Amino acid sequence: MLHTFVALVEDKTGLLARVTSLFRRLNVNIISLTVGGTETAGVSRTTIVAEAAEDRAPRIMASLYKLEGVLDVDDVGRHSAVIRELAMLKIAADQSTRSDLFQLAEVFRARIVDLAPESLMMEITGSASKIEGLVQILLQGNYRILEMARTGRMAMRRGHHASQVLEALGDTTPRIDPKTLSGALKLEDENHA
Amino acid sequence: MDKQAKATDNRRSTPDTAIYSQPTPLTGAETVWATLVGEGVRDVFGYPGGAILPVYDALRKFPIRHILVRHEQGAAHMADGYARASGRVGVAMATSGPGATNLVTGIATAMLDSIPMVCITGQVSSKVLGTDAFQEVDITGITLPITKHNFLVRRTEDIAPALREAFRIAQSGRPGPVLVDITKDAQQNSAIFDFAAAAPQPYRPHPMLSADSTSIRETLELLRTAKRPVILAGQGILHSGAMEQVRALAERTQIPVACTLLGLTAFPASHPLNLGMMGMHGESWVNHAIQQADLLIACGMRFDDRVTGSLSTYAPNAKKIHIEIDPAEINKNVRVDVGLIGDLKEILETLLPRLPGRDGAAWLHAISAMKGDAAVHDIQQLPDNGHLYAAHVINDIWRETKGDAIVVTDVGQHQMWEAQYYKHDSPRSLITSGGLGTMGFALPAAIGAKVACPEKEVWVIAGDGGFQMTCPELATIVQEQLKINIAIVNNGYLGMVRQWQEKFYDKNYEGTPLLSPDFVKLADAHGIQGAHVRRRAEVVSAVETARRHPGTFLIDFHVEQEDSVYPMIAPGAALHEMIRRPKHNPLVETATEE
Ligand SMILES: Cc1ncc(C[n+]2csc(CCOP(=O)(O)OP(=O)(O)O)c2C)c(N)n1
Ligand SMILES: [Mg+2]
Repeated sequence: MLHTFVALVEDKTGLLARVTSLFRRLNVNIISLTVGGTETAGVSRTTIVAEAAEDRAPRIMASLYKLEGVLDVDDVGRHSAVIRELAMLKIAADQSTRSDLFQLAEVFRARIVDLAPESLMMEITGSASKIEGLVQILLQGNYRILEMARTGRMAMRRGHHASQVLEALGDTTPRIDPKTLSGALKLEDENHA
Repeated sequence: MDKQAKATDNRRSTPDTAIYSQPTPLTGAETVWATLVGEGVRDVFGYPGGAILPVYDALRKFPIRHILVRHEQGAAHMADGYARASGRVGVAMATSGPGATNLVTGIATAMLDSIPMVCITGQVSSKVLGTDAFQEVDITGITLPITKHNFLVRRTEDIAPALREAFRIAQSGRPGPVLVDITKDAQQNSAIFDFAAAAPQPYRPHPMLSADSTSIRETLELLRTAKRPVILAGQGILHSGAMEQVRALAERTQIPVACTLLGLTAFPASHPLNLGMMGMHGESWVNHAIQQADLLIACGMRFDDRVTGSLSTYAPNAKKIHIEIDPAEINKNVRVDVGLIGDLKEILETLLPRLPGRDGAAWLHAISAMKGDAAVHDIQQLPDNGHLYAAHVINDIWRETKGDAIVVTDVGQHQMWEAQYYKHDSPRSLITSGGLGTMGFALPAAIGAKVACPEKEVWVIAGDGGFQMTCPELATIVQEQLKINIAIVNNGYLGMVRQWQEKFYDKNYEGTPLLSPDFVKLADAHGIQGAHVRRRAEVVSAVETARRHPGTFLIDFHVEQEDSVYPMIAPGAALHEMIRRPKHNPLVETATEE
């Protein structure tokens, strides 16, 4: 089955290599991996989607915790969580097919972010199945997908849940600079199925 | 100065304590030694080279003995043997590139057996890092999966904090090796040395530790109702220092104890509740007791495949309690009913005052009945049939040393015979590579053990194969003026592999017959005395001679060539499906096939 882990790690060189090396050593295949900033300076957040038997999750978590610099691990797949992925698709399109694609984008709440004479680029955010749904429709409609880039999943538990470890470390105050927030806020109320 | 004088004059200066009471400018190289001294290190095993030369240059100012090895693998095994014998962190040092890669086998050996060790390597200057410079190798990358943690230090001011953190990590929780790679410019530059300010982050226990009241209650209930319980004793007992607690647990509940190879010295062999070693070459009644048990209490062991046999048939009727510090070991190989995750000693201290009374007589009686004719009678009683058996050699060494020596074994048949025929009563008196099974381990690890415990008698028991992997360290012994007794169990074969060929490959002895030099002449070339022994009647006197001799002494025991270790569990077989000693075996009185 697919497991979704969120690991908060110290933002240090080499830590990502330690995390991926661990999965290789445990003989567990990583399906996707995202890394980025968090509410705390110096702490990165990784979302790891991995394929492994159901009962292996505790050992994977325990092993992640053994890595120096791993602060918190959560098996978010076991909880109610919002899971999102972003994809960019470059699709062959000329004047005759463009409007159909615009409609399709509308239905999927994707956005057209680039337009060229022979192609256009769509950006779509949502669950993996929504992205795969769009891809399937495109292929069925005989559109040519010239390029596709997917971020892999990001996940966050619903409701008031915060990292117990960071709380224990007395480090819960968000340290985000409000100025950097403006762009991010737009995504907030998007309500994907 | 002649070499020997230089070697023995190693602990030169007295520590300059001022540098610990106030921040002082030091070079990175000086910082390395100052930090080691501050961490209590007295001995370092190493080999110099360009990228670590600044550190070597600064050694003369510090009260640390440097033992020059003959191969960096030896340095790692020495640091490892040092740690296993004393419980203190062992330290190995090497230069960049080939020096660092030569450490790798030794680091992996320590990793698989959870041994606290710090390896310090020189690295090319930070300016050329990443350019494939001369003797540059990505050693932190290479050792990533075989260290508990590692550091690449590029700045002088980071040296002390990294090293102190390395010592903390090596010893805390489940111990293991840590590597600190230091660029040459970081060694050469200067910075303020502030030992106190470089103190490591306090140990943060693994968040998944749990030994809550519910699990404790469940454990006590299982102990109360069990009819056929067995304690499985592993090396974690030594790491936790829980020997007394395990003994109290066994005695108060009258539960028999089976040991893993690395746990053999965690519970006295002479104790009436000690069944002996479990697993692939464990005695039959030990494995039968485990298979028939209705409760296993695993203490600081990890259900390695060498002790479980096939997992699907392992102890099928037993409830399992696993007391273990590493949460990643719980339910890894064997599903357990209760996991008590934390320090063994602390957990046992919680359990001991609340232990239920039990009547263990019936089960203990059933186990002695299982021994029956399988009990190892005193093999000393056997008539001399003109052959020399490794079992006799080891048993005689045990009797002569009164079980009081530190025995360091290599890997192979002799290792298993040592485990069967040398009865260890004191903790840390057997040093052996269990997890990785590294041939070549014995001689260097024994040097480490002797440096750590100079007052102890140290014996090497090695095969003719493994001994040849690291025998240049004989010169290290001489240079360091160490007294070690060396027994080579010379069977002319890579014996353990030959045994597998005999049993599972139609006796196709491909690549296992082994030519060796005359080991006594080899010793002589180093200025070490030695003797050949070919007959059983000569064993005891040779062992006596070795022990009396003031310097290192080597005995080459020419033993029966095609002898095999019994009992044996074939790969994939269940723990109780042992290949027993065949009837015609000269050691026939010990556990034969019915
Ligand atoms: C470095 C290394 N290479 C290969 C092996 C595989 N191996 C395990 S036991 C053994 C034979 C050891 O022969 P010897 O040292 O003569 O000991 P004996 O079994 O004969 O007592 C070998 C080759 C190993 N354990 N370690
Ligand atoms: Mg041999």
